[in-house]
Order: sequence, then C-alpha cells, then structure tokens
Amino acid sequence: MAKITFDGIEVEVPDGTTILNAARQIGGSIVPPAMCYYTPLKGSGGKCRACLVRVAAGSAKDPRPMPKLVASCVTPVQDGMVVENTTNPQVLDVRKGIVEMLLINHPLDCPVCDQAGECDLQNFAFEHGVSTTRYQEERRTFEKIDIGPLIQLHMTRCILCYRCVYTADQIAKGDRIHGVLGRGDAAEIGTYIENIIDNDFSGNVIDVCPVGALTDKTFRFKSRVWFTKPVNAHRDCPKCSGNVVLWYKGNDVLRTTARKDQYGEVKEWICNECRFEKKETADWTIEGPAHIDRSSVISANHYELPVLNQSVVADLPESTQRDLQQNPPLKLGN
Amino acid sequence: MGRKLLTEHINVEGIETFEVYRKHGGYRSVEKAIKTMTPDEVVEEVKKSGLRGRGGAGFPTGMKWSFLAKPEGVPRYLVCNADESEPGTFKDRQLMSKLPHLLIEGMITSSYALGANTSYIYIRGELLYVLRILEKAIAEAYAAGFLGKNILGSGYDLDLFVHPGGGAYICGEETALLESLEGKRGNPRNKPPFPAVQGLYARPTVVNNVESIAAVPVIVNDGGDEYAKIGVGRSTGTKLFSACGHLNKPGIYEIELGLPVEEFIYSDEYCGGIWKGRELKAVVAGGSSVPILPKELILKTAAGENRLMTYESLSDGGFVTGTMLGSGGFIAMDETTCIVRNTWNFSRFYHHESCGQCSPCREGTGWMEKVLHRLEHGHGHMEDIDLLVSVAKQIEGNTICPLGEAAAWPVAAAVRHFRHEFEWHVTHAKEAAQPGAVYRPSGVLV
Repeated sequence: MAKITFDGIEVEVPDGTTILNAARQIGGSIVPPAMCYYTPLKGSGGKCRACLVRVAAGSAKDPRPMPKLVASCVTPVQDGMVVENTTNPQVLDVRKGIVEMLLINHPLDCPVCDQAGECDLQNFAFEHGVSTTRYQEERRTFEKIDIGPLIQLHMTRCILCYRCVYTADQIAKGDRIHGVLGRGDAAEIGTYIENIIDNDFSGNVIDVCPVGALTDKTFRFKSRVWFTKPVNAHRDCPKCSGNVVLWYKGNDVLRTTARKDQYGEVKEWICNECRFEKKETADWTIEGPAHIDRSSVISANHYELPVLNQSVVADLPESTQRDLQQNPPLKLGN
Repeated sequence: MGRKLLTEHINVEGIETFEVYRKHGGYRSVEKAIKTMTPDEVVEEVKKSGLRGRGGAGFPTGMKWSFLAKPEGVPRYLVCNADESEPGTFKDRQLMSKLPHLLIEGMITSSYALGANTSYIYIRGELLYVLRILEKAIAEAYAAGFLGKNILGSGYDLDLFVHPGGGAYICGEETALLESLEGKRGNPRNKPPFPAVQGLYARPTVVNNVESIAAVPVIVNDGGDEYAKIGVGRSTGTKLFSACGHLNKPGIYEIELGLPVEEFIYSDEYCGGIWKGRELKAVVAGGSSVPILPKELILKTAAGENRLMTYESLSDGGFVTGTMLGSGGFIAMDETTCIVRNTWNFSRFYHHESCGQCSPCREGTGWMEKVLHRLEHGHGHMEDIDLLVSVAKQIEGNTICPLGEAAAWPVAAAVRHFRHEFEWHVTHAKEAAQPGAVYRPSGVLV
C-alpha cells in the first residue's frame, strides 16, 4: 500500500494505482478531468493531457518534485507522494490551455450535436476553459463518414482521444479495421478504404467517445438527451451481460446504451443486438430509473412542475388571472 | 590541433572494409573486453569516462547503462538510435558511412557490457545507402567471428540487425523508435516505465546514439580515465559537430569539448569564418530544436567569458542567455538571414513531424506555424508576437515526449532575442512580405 497526499488530503491506495485513480478514491470536484483515459481500455490515457498534475514530492524516499507536470492517469503513485491539482495555479493555467487547444478543431455546435448534455469536452470547457479563443486561422472540416449502417463519424468533432481505437482493438480482436491515419493536426480517425466496422460489439465505440464524433444512427436527431428518461433494464442475452440503460421518451425507447459510472466509464460492454435492435419495452426486464447526477444536464428536465396556490392567484390582477386561465403555464392547485 | 578519437582514420582509403579497419587497430576493444574484462568492468570504464549521450539529451551513458534492469532469464537489448533527422544535424550518417566498423565494434563491446545477445541499429529509412554499407560491414564482422555464436571462443553470442525506419522525425524519440522497431506506428510511449525497465518487446533495453556507441571502443582501449582527461569539467571527450549555414567551411568536425565557440567559427582549422566576409547574426548551436542565440550571446557567456563548446558553457544562463549543446547541429546565420522566416521554417518542420498523439503538440505546433506564416507574409498583428510565446509555453513541458519542447524552444527563443524583428514584420508588413526581405537596424532591405 502507498500513502499519498492529494491536494492536502491523505489517501492510502494499493501499489501500482495511478494518481488519477487515487484521486477518484477521494472523489468530488478535486478529481482531475480525463478526456482520453478510460479504465476498462488497456493502454488508454496520457494523450489529452487534461489530467496533468504537479508532483510536489516524488516519494518518501526521494522527496524531490518532478520537473514537469505529469499525466495523472498513467503515472503510478509512490509512497509519500505529494500531488497538487486544484491547489496549484500552474496546473489550472495549463488546463485552460488544453481546453483552448482541444477547441481549436472542435466546432462549438453544441446546439445541434447529439452529444450535447453528455459531452465530456463540454463539461471540461465549462469547468476549466475560458469564454474566448485566440485562434483566428482556418479550422479543419470533414465530410461525415458512415461507418456501416449503425454508426456515423463526424471527424470534425473528434479530439483524437484514441478511445474508440482501443475499444475496437480490444473488443473486436482481429477484426479491427479502423485506426488513426496521418499525423500531427492532420491525424484523423478513419476506416481503411472506408470499410465498415463489422463486429458484434462495434457499437461500444459510440459509448466511449467523449464528444459527439461517433454517433448512434438509430438515435441521431430523435431527441435532446435531457428530454429522455434513463431506465436501467436487462435481458437474457447470449452475447453480452444484457445490462443496459434504456432512454425513454414517453413510451418509446429511443436509445440503448451500456451502463456508465460517475466518470462516464462503461464497466460492461454491450452487444450490437441489445444496443441497436431491441427497442421495445417488451424485450427488457425493467429495473427502475437509472441514477443521474443532479449536476448533470440530463437531470434538467425532470423537475415536477411547481403548483400555484389558488389563494396566490386570487391576489393577482384580473388580467393576469384571465391569462392564467386561458394559457396555464403551471399547474393550478387548490 | 585537437585530438581525433573517432575520426582519426576517417580518410584512410578502404577504411569501410573490415580488412583495412582491422589493420588500423579495429576491433581491439572487442578482444580486450571479451577476453580480459567482465561486463561490469566495461560499464565501470564507461562510467569513469564521463561520456554523455551524444544524441542531444547529454545524459551520462555509464549511468544509463547501470539503470538497466537485469532480471534472470529475460533477454535484454541494445538499440542504436541512428534515426538522425534533426535539421542541421548530419554527423551520424557520416560516421556510419565512412566508419561502419567503428559503430559495429562499439555495438559488440556495448552489448557485451549490457549482457545483450541481440542488438539493433535503427536507421532512418531515407539513409538506404548507409544501410547497405552497414549490412555489408556486419556480414564481414560475422565472417571474421566478431558476431554470431561464440564470439572469439568466449561463449558470448551476439546477433546484430540493421532496421530501416519509415522516415519520421518522431522515430528518433527513443520510445517511438522502439514502437516502430516493433512494427507499430511510431508514437512515443508514456514514461514510466522507462526503456531500461520495459523497452523493446517489454524487455529491459538501452537506447544509445551512434556517436555515443562509437566512443565506447576508444574508452575501452584507452581506459575511462584517459578519456575523461579530455574536455572540460563534466563535458569529457571529443564531440562531432555538423556545421552548416553561412560558413566558409561547413562540414563535420570532431573537436575536443571545451573549444571556444569563437575559435570554432572563425579559425581556419574549423569553419573558417562567415562566408563572403559578412557579419554573423545568430547561431543555433545544437540542432534546430535548441534555442537560437544572437552573435553576442553565442560568443560570450552572461558573465562575459568566452563561451565554450561544452554542455555547461553553452547552457550557461539557462534559456535567457544560453542554449544547449544538443546533438551538435551547428547552424550559423549571417546578417542576411530573416529570423522570422527562419523560425517559420523550423516551425513548419515540427508541425509536419508532430505525431498527433497529445493535444498540446498536435494543435499547438500547427497554431504556431500558422501565426508565423501570417507574420512572414505581412498579415500579422502586434498581439501575435505574445501569442506565439504563450502558445509555446502551453506546449513546453506538457507533452508526452520532448518533440513539444523541440517545437516550442526555437519559437520562444527567436521572439526573446529578436522581438524587434517580429515587430518590424508587423509595422512594415508590405516590405517584410517581399521575397528576401530582411530587417536591418537601419531599416534597409537586403
């Protein structure tokens, strides 16, 4: 076991744990953001640099600070390590820079993007970014690419986190035909000679994408996510665990996804049959509402309408009372 | 006349053949090491010599070797980094094409010291002609019993392979090199784990530059202490410098570390002064990735002393008044050089060569290049100058590998030392955009 101090809070974790996962054991808002790291995906992390932290003391044996900021998602802890995250102005400054860099080639098309409300970059920019950009040059654009009949790739929105590449590599073993082409800012996610990803678990690339680059063709443009209601459900599936979240609008299942934890990470991959084909309530055993963090925008539309007391209405001017009767914006109680 | 330890016989006819090389004392270090020394004794000699990595970072080679993990029953590897591709640096290819057996001798002695039974020379793909030379020399060494099974009857086996890369600058970064050597896309790995613990095929690996390995036979033959007597302070031995740019005698020079920069530029023994009798304007001393210095600062340190060609003296004053020895790519620029255009040119290179794995380098190198393009072509604004510095700062230190720094340092240093030239490009945009236009204090265009 190794004892580390993270933003002044002591935590003891097993040897080999990364700094990020040690911080996640403390939880709350001090946990560094992660755009490319994804626990179930081996080899992920270290690329987006969103989770950079300062190591003020390397270990009890060698308490010297590390010369550069380190990626907390790939750096293992050492006993006696002292880490600064939200308490270090340099870290916060760098994070602003990372947001600015990531937004260079990511369009701010949140109003039309299907990922709005579930977008890690949106959250990252909201918490760490600034409202302006200094970038004046032309931004790169791409045509949309159909990756088979079920998935669409908007390369314009891609931030090259490599999560989908690792997913395809590790889930669709031997079948992977998509990866990163080109280098530098000309790098792009592509399927060689526009082949499709043809694997029973290919749909998981949609779930791991932190932005709206890979979208579900059976769901696109059907609803904003905050107008849907997530419900946990399961079915007896021969290919996967069958544990999913159904996203309802009224009585219709608009979308099926794998279940994610508080950091947006999928623990159990689901198959394409569960994801794309089973869209009837009768296909599933319903467990109950899925937990959604109160701070998430997905919770936004789930408030009960407040009830206006009639005695309050009686005190209003007559013209207002008439308006309320004709166009009731709120429920009227007794 | 300085001593030449590596290139003493470089001009001997036929020195690239085993026979001639052997006649001139070649492979003595292999015989000495294998027959009379233990591997640890060889490592100890290299430690004593104070040899520092000649690829750019300058890390003590002996210390790097002693970090190598040595678990039982697990193979270890020595990989020679011959992916030389930094603009301004061209010393290794000369060493390999003229003295292939020196490198092979160094590889055998070093592999013996490290306990490696398989070693690789990872060479830049474009250097196909050098690859052929090395392959021929390796075949000769096999035939003479210096490679293969039971070398010199000692029971020590070594196989040596040359592997051409795809021709990407990033593959010169040691972990990207290992990825490429494994047949994968040349993307740098996150560190830790370091190659000394988990390198090629996840086995303990040492990655050394060509020149570092070529120095090992000299160290073993003469002893580490003898080698350490050459040079100044912690900068021991000799070093190859590839001098280019506006010099009367550009070329590759082996110098004893500690030579004054002024002597290197102006003496007839070395570069012979600036061509056409012009004034020196600036120097990039260690390859395009190191900070540029104006004439006054490259000749004298902050304390007003002569700047010497050593790791310490060149970096004296940090990046405010100093630079780095780097890989020894010495680029001299005369008064007709436009620093903005030159910086843009460097920036184009790093933008093109960024692997695209991590966000600051992927986006930042392109951003800097585009801003510099604007400034050079007369569309810049005054705030662009500070923007360049700010973007460089956002990249520096925040990337997976040092390519981020390599891209950021030249830009930051050019603005630091030649800000007036950048400002002139904004205030005199039309003139500055003309082909060949150069800032002069008097305002005259060249």
